[in-house]
Amino acid sequence: METGNEQLKSLSDIRNIMERSSRFFSLSGLSGISAGIIALIGATVAFIIFGHNLRSIDWGNYNSFYNQYNLGRMIMLMFADGFFTLLLALTTGIYFTTRRIRKKGLPIWNHTIKRFLSNLFFPLLIGGVFCIIISLKGLIFLAAPITLIFYGLALYNASKFTLNEIRYLGIIQTVLGIIGCIWVEYGIIFWALGFGLAHIIYGILMYFKYER
Amino acid sequence: MKNILNNLDKVLESRIRLGIMSILVVNEGIDFNALKDFLEITDGNLASHLTVLEKNEYILITKRFFGKKPNTSYQATEKGTAAFKQHLDNLETLIKNHK
Repeated sequence: METGNEQLKSLSDIRNIMERSSRFFSLSGLSGISAGIIALIGATVAFIIFGHNLRSIDWGNYNSFYNQYNLGRMIMLMFADGFFTLLLALTTGIYFTTRRIRKKGLPIWNHTIKRFLSNLFFPLLIGGVFCIIISLKGLIFLAAPITLIFYGLALYNASKFTLNEIRYLGIIQTVLGIIGCIWVEYGIIFWALGFGLAHIIYGILMYFKYER
Repeated sequence: MKNILNNLDKVLESRIRLGIMSILVVNEGIDFNALKDFLEITDGNLASHLTVLEKNEYILITKRFFGKKPNTSYQATEKGTAAFKQHLDNLETLIKNHK
């Protein structure tokens, strides 16, 4: 009898340690909620700056777009808005997640976090550079949906090293990005749906599932 | 029954060595401190178990330098991974027979 129970315990120990050592489970739902709220604010600012302009553009003729608006000024405004939104979302996101790690008494920086972050940030970095390039080449109206696509792919990729649910969030973001590329005039709205609403809903679901 | 017990891998009978292998089969190349964090054991204890695993060719040890800082990383060999899987199968059979 003894040996049976003992072996059963080692099997569950093994399963536990394999999971714990290969995935980063401390991602906080509150990080998603805070990032979503900040993204909604960022999207509102973007909409106030030039959202209403986009609908009045003749999409069959991109030149009219450049004649109507000063592209350099638009790029600067958009990048300033995007930069502060990203900075604030990251700061609050990191704050809530590190708080959760501390509460659990785990080390802040370990092997699983490193792997999760490198899998998340490589596609993001490439996407960011790609967006800057296409914006400078004048395709600035595609920047918002393309950030969604790359962000979704980054999440899909990193989901192997964290909560499984991240994968679905990734799929939602990429699909919204694709739709946003088709209806460019509503690009900012899809961006707000993805980075804002999807994050908030996901964050709330994860918070109640794992942190309550 | 007796037979299966005898078949259990002696190297993996130790809970810590089994723990080390569990980590290494799902992680390619992991360093000493990371292993220590997951297993929550002392340096000396971990080092001695790693030596046993290396002697049995279950793991491969790679020593590198990042600038002047030495870094030792561990990875499971094919033999080690096969032994680990076999061990899990044996444990399962053992438990099934018990039911």
